[in-house]
Amino acid sequence: MAAAATPNTTPARPTIVLVGHGMVGQRFLEELADRGVTERARVVVLCEEPRPAYDRVQLTSYFAGRTPEDLSLTEAGFMERHGIELHLGDPATAIDRDTRTVTARSGLTVRYDSLVLATGSYPFVPPVPGKDSTGCFVYRTIEDLLDIEEYAKNSGTGVVVGGGLLGLEAAGALKGLGLTTHIVEFNPRLMALQVDEGGGSALRRTVEEMGLEVHTGVGGKEIVAGDGGTVTAMELSDGSRIDTDLVIFSAGVRPRDQLARDCGLTVGERGGITIDEQCRTSDPAVYAIGECALASDGRVYGLVAPGYDMARVAADALAGQDGSFTGADLSTKLKLLGVDVASFGDAHGTTEGCLDVVYSDSRSGVYKKLVIGAEGELLGGVLVGDAEAYGMLRPLTGSVPPLAPEQLVLPAGAGAPAALGPSALPDDAVICNCHNVTKGAIRSAVTEHSCGTVPEVKKCTKAGTGCGSCVKALTSLVNDELEASGVSVDKGLCGCFPHTRAELYEIVRTLRLTTFAELLDSHGRPEARDGDGCEVCKPTVGSIIASLAPTLGADGYVLDGEQAALQDTNDHFLANLQKNGSYSIVPRIPGGEITPEKLIVIGEVARDFGLYTKITGGQRIDLFGARVDQLPQVWARLVDAGFESGHAYGKALRTVKSCVGQTWCRYGVQDSVRMAIDLELRYRGLRSPHKLKSAVSGCARECAEARGKDFGVIATSNGWNLYVGGNGGADPRHADLLAQDLDDEELIRLIDRFLMFYIRTADRLERTSAWLERIDGGLDHVRDVVVHDSLGLCDELEALMADHVHHYRDEWAETLNDPERLSRFVSFVNAPDAPDPSVRFVPERDQVKPDLTLLAGPTLPVRTLEGTSV
Amino acid sequence: MTTALTPDAAVGSRTPGADAQDATATVEIFGPQGWFAVCAREDLIPGRGVAALLPDGEQVALFVDRAGRAYAIANRDPFTGAYVLSRGLTGSSANRPFVASPLLKQRFDLATGECLDDPSVSVRAYQVRVRGEEG
Ligand code: SRM
Ligand SMILES: Cc1cc2nc3c(=O)[nH]c(=O)nc-3n(C[C@H](O)[C@H](O)[C@H](O)COP(=O)(O)OP(=O)(O)OC[C@H]3O[C@@H](n4cnc5c(N)ncnc54)[C@H](O)[C@@H]3O)c2cc1C
Ligand code: SF4
Ligand code: FES
Repeated sequence: MAAAATPNTTPARPTIVLVGHGMVGQRFLEELADRGVTERARVVVLCEEPRPAYDRVQLTSYFAGRTPEDLSLTEAGFMERHGIELHLGDPATAIDRDTRTVTARSGLTVRYDSLVLATGSYPFVPPVPGKDSTGCFVYRTIEDLLDIEEYAKNSGTGVVVGGGLLGLEAAGALKGLGLTTHIVEFNPRLMALQVDEGGGSALRRTVEEMGLEVHTGVGGKEIVAGDGGTVTAMELSDGSRIDTDLVIFSAGVRPRDQLARDCGLTVGERGGITIDEQCRTSDPAVYAIGECALASDGRVYGLVAPGYDMARVAADALAGQDGSFTGADLSTKLKLLGVDVASFGDAHGTTEGCLDVVYSDSRSGVYKKLVIGAEGELLGGVLVGDAEAYGMLRPLTGSVPPLAPEQLVLPAGAGAPAALGPSALPDDAVICNCHNVTKGAIRSAVTEHSCGTVPEVKKCTKAGTGCGSCVKALTSLVNDELEASGVSVDKGLCGCFPHTRAELYEIVRTLRLTTFAELLDSHGRPEARDGDGCEVCKPTVGSIIASLAPTLGADGYVLDGEQAALQDTNDHFLANLQKNGSYSIVPRIPGGEITPEKLIVIGEVARDFGLYTKITGGQRIDLFGARVDQLPQVWARLVDAGFESGHAYGKALRTVKSCVGQTWCRYGVQDSVRMAIDLELRYRGLRSPHKLKSAVSGCARECAEARGKDFGVIATSNGWNLYVGGNGGADPRHADLLAQDLDDEELIRLIDRFLMFYIRTADRLERTSAWLERIDGGLDHVRDVVVHDSLGLCDELEALMADHVHHYRDEWAETLNDPERLSRFVSFVNAPDAPDPSVRFVPERDQVKPDLTLLAGPTLPVRTLEGTSV
Repeated sequence: MTTALTPDAAVGSRTPGADAQDATATVEIFGPQGWFAVCAREDLIPGRGVAALLPDGEQVALFVDRAGRAYAIANRDPFTGAYVLSRGLTGSSANRPFVASPLLKQRFDLATGECLDDPSVSVRAYQVRVRGEEG
């Protein structure tokens, strides 16, 4: 290595100096260490920022609660382990190429054999008058964000100058901090670099719907400062004016090449330190990598992936290995303000003779365009609003896709065949763009490096550790590969049980276990026995015991004995927890039918307790803002008026919606309201793997949206059609027809069987839609079991349901009748009469809303429970 | 260092509240003004929490696990700012007792207050003891 990099000297230990410890600088150090160069050379790093390298790509997640330490890219002990000297807060100020020395601000001077510049970029601030006023910021470093956060505390409005990728991100952050936010973009559309006109307008609509004000085709003319030089307004080039307290400039970045200019290295006309394919500058002892470099293809890359490639190439060169950087793909997939945006390849269709295939739905803000070459090959594309297909399409770029292009842009369900899984991709397809990891590399991580889990593969290949957009594809590849190599993937419910929910159900049912402790101590993983279980298995087992209670001879009341400790928070208080610690109350309104008297009671109760009142999407009324200690008082009044628990808190039957049906509607062919009420009263209180929803429509016009429900009933002139496995929510699915023209009795019998079969075999938190798609044989199998009784189970399933119906009791009435149970509904165990002072409200639109000034940040990291199995 | 003190005589197979003597046992938290009695032992359901108010107005989440050990941590969920940790589900992971916040599900070690899902976050842990039991 010494020979390659420093031909004129033969020191025992050559010195490598790195200027800039950003994302690319850190990657370069890791690449050096991987090649063993850190053992042979002294490595000195000059870092301008007060902290070691961190993940700038995820910078905005700071506002979602990630701390600067979370964002760190530098593993603890990395520098010490590799003997790297890191000087924090000490930028290089001069380079003397004759003496081969670098001087830092502290006065430190280091002689180098090889010098690597990784100084990144600086945010470009357009030369508008007033740009230096107090209240003007840029958006590049953690320090910038800390300053913005502080200043925003006393601001009401903010303007972001620049509607590109970073501008939108900054605007989202301001919005999240509670500011009225404007985006001012000089170009005629948002994200002009990445998306075309159609994509830009889909994006704009969605961004505006979120409450951000977008001004395109205008520039900032002047920043108006008031007393003490603080920003008060911004004047725009079209003569308009925005009153604002804060301005963020996000109008692009420029390479930080000043050091290089000062020491006479060649730089590009429009900036950037000129490098060759080995990342060498005009002085062969000096390298430049990352955003400060002007690559041999004449481009400065503002993305991290090409920077990482350069880091690898420079490390290769210093280790005497071959490597070259000739250019990179500019594909990106981002989630901006919650909108998926992706562009890849020749997104703007500049290739000669290319054609576009466009799908656009402005109602839902979806825009997709594929650019197809003369030979039918995919050249690139833009996806806005639904970028699900990105993971598949990008690796196909350059080849003729296996499906017709129009099928690739159609939304799922609209004639598009089942999406191609990552299994359809060739081995050399790049799955993780951030770290340039191919499908082949992921597969060999499993087969050759014996990685047995997704986290292990991430660690081994780095795939999925950048922007995260590839994790879904990665997970499916890893699981496929594991199963193909005969490894059994641990399907256990959680760290406490090696069984699935369905297996636990069978164990509980056949051994007639009535407590969680018995089940854990007899069937838990050895290390979990005698323990306390966890937040995944406790409610799951609680629900299994509750749905089997009558059959097991257990008490069905969910707050009795050990059951109380198993319930999720909502079930524990028989109400729904809201963000400020208060609760909402949903009385059951079967079928959505309600008398005026009952409506009046709801109104009076809400008024007397000052509760926020809203009609729900499930045809009933939700009363929000009750404190724990108010729940019994509210319910005493409701129960008195004949209301029951609506189980809005439980994984249980929610509502059976109805349309008005034959009684009133000129088209109706059956009494849909009566049937809805019958069904709701039959299945109320039924605990299940996930919530259950239903609806009954009086004719095929389907006003009750029954096909969006777990079980939906639609009237025919001969009776009822039963549909199952429908879902609204995040992953909507239309229900499938299970049986036709049933009479009342047949209908109910089939639903009984269907529900009990689902409860018995579904996974935790698996709606009927997902369950139907997952189980072997799908709908046909379910039909065989519940209609044709192929497993001989039907008598048992019906008996289970009969038990449930027979033993149903209203949970709230029971609670109110028992002083011991009631005593739990207090804010404080030692001050039963004291209201919780942290639960506060402020007025809004003539009602109340939570006073969240007490609470933390705007968007919060939600912990997903996927990773909890061992 | 563990801040959850187990009263020597209280460990073992006893279920809180199961026998007459327990009725008089009180749970105490070490607060700003020293030991402070908050409730009777029988007020606590194993595996479940309650909130208690300290003399200085601080809210504490108090728990007792299956083995009868008592724990107390601050009631405020640092991720959301809401005072709700006492209402989370408890469990144990690698022998560390925890409560999962009922809002966004992050878990906190009951003995140390450390967040298991984000070591940079923690809540205050209080010393607890159970007084007035035989022995
Ligand atoms: C109150 C309500 C919104 C409203 O103001 O209208 C609502 C509110 C909540 N919904 Fe919903 N959903 C409400 C109707 C719906 C509907 C519409 C419907 O039922 O017709 C849907 C789509 C239909 C469906 O479920 O298939 C719906 C799909 C969801 C989902 C996504 C489920 C899915 O399978 O993808 C969740 C999340 C979950 O359950 O995991 C959810 C979760 C929630 C939670 C429980 C989120 C939470 O944990 O805090 C909200 C609690 C409400 C509360 O605190 O009281 N809510 N939610 C509606 C109550 C209906 C009722 O009377 O019970
Ligand atoms: C909010 C935001 C979101 C982003 N999102 C994405 C994304 O989704 N995808 C993507 O690919 N890219 C994204 N980027 C761009 C990505 O962060 C950069 O491409 C990447 O950080 C470049 O790495 P670098 O090491 O070249 O520069 P930097 O990470 O900027 O590091 C350069 C470092 O050098 C230091 N330095 C400069 N001069 C000196 C000196 N004289 N002496 C010592 N140190 C010096 C600087 O202080 C800095 O710490 C985003 C950037 C931001 C700001
Ligand atoms: S579904 Fe049919 S019966 Fe029911 S309201 Fe609509 S049109 Fe009338
Ligand atoms: S593509 Fe960004 S992490 Fe894999």
